[in-house]
Amino acid sequence: MKTADLINSLAADPIAPPIHLGRRVSLALALGAAVSLAVFMAALGPRPDFAEAARTVRFDLKFVDALALLAPSALLCWRLMRPDARPGALALLLAAPFALLAGAVVAELSLVPPDLWGTRLIGTNWLHCLILIPLLSIAPLTALILAMRAGAPLHPALTGALAGAAAAGVAATIYATNCTDDSPLFVASWYPLATLIVVAAGAFAGRRFLQW
Amino acid sequence: MREEPAVGRGDDKWAPMMRAALKGDEAAYRRLLEEIGRAVRAMARGAFSRMRVGDADIEDVVQETLLAIHLKRQTWDGGPRLTPWVNAIARHKIIDAMRRRGARRLEPIEDFEAVLAAPQAEDPHLRSDIERVMQKLAPRQREIVTAISLDGQSIAATAARLSMSEVAVRVALHRALKSLAAAWRSATQ
Repeated sequence: MKTADLINSLAADPIAPPIHLGRRVSLALALGAAVSLAVFMAALGPRPDFAEAARTVRFDLKFVDALALLAPSALLCWRLMRPDARPGALALLLAAPFALLAGAVVAELSLVPPDLWGTRLIGTNWLHCLILIPLLSIAPLTALILAMRAGAPLHPALTGALAGAAAAGVAATIYATNCTDDSPLFVASWYPLATLIVVAAGAFAGRRFLQW
Repeated sequence: MREEPAVGRGDDKWAPMMRAALKGDEAAYRRLLEEIGRAVRAMARGAFSRMRVGDADIEDVVQETLLAIHLKRQTWDGGPRLTPWVNAIARHKIIDAMRRRGARRLEPIEDFEAVLAAPQAEDPHLRSDIERVMQKLAPRQREIVTAISLDGQSIAATAARLSMSEVAVRVALHRALKSLAAAWRSATQ
């Protein structure tokens, strides 16, 4: 078949209504977050001393970290769904959660006596953290990948990995309200590990479902 | 008299054509695809010859690119420039094709702007792989694509011949084009 022939078919194919990729992805993220939040509230809910904890810096820092991961990865997803997009300076912002964590770890190490470092790092709930963050990521990651299928990312695995990071950011924000380990030593050890699991799942899903 | 698509401020030459096409102007769409096809052909030919991989796959790349542009056209942001969007898709498909042929080292591919001066007509002797890929379509889908592509039949004529409704033919054609893109992807990965 010649290219001119193929054009006959393409021209005869009826026009589809426009797809607003950005709107679609934002909606997917919001829906996925809502589902995860609903499941979380039904099954676990925030920790009992939530109101008191919210007045401590260590507790609040967990949310700053999670949002510092969520914002740049969601924005990059939003951008990289288009073939002609460039990550630009936004990619540098992905370093923000790591810089924040590193700073918090240094501060914690200087504030807490060395014999407490081990207990703070292990915490009480590390397995919880490693299981719940990936579980709470399922809904936002699925929603994001489905929404992004309409797009045309040049790097499907990378874009999928960023979707994973955004989903993990949502999950970590929700989970942090329940997690009783607030020390940056704990957060810097287990949250990134849990995030890595979701990022890997996202990369895999992207490779599989975001090819076009 | 043919009505030319309205050109807005700062538009490149393809953006108004695509905007018209997205509003249902079939003639503008056809012209746009032809122009893009010629530009992609020139771009692919340049890239292939620099990599010394020969011309055999040129029409495959052109057709795969046109199909991708077609299936993603409703996600284009409608801004003043269509060229970078088309350029990125074409480059992606050309790089894919070169990887398939075992090119390890990929030289940079020029932008359209660099090759537009020499748009290339289709070589009537080159065949593409699309026939092989079309074998993967369901028989009814293949029949519809063949009727409309090769025999140049209208949707209405195809519908009458196959005793289907026009809507059913349109739906089947759209599904066929989507499966064609998917089959191409899996055939060449």
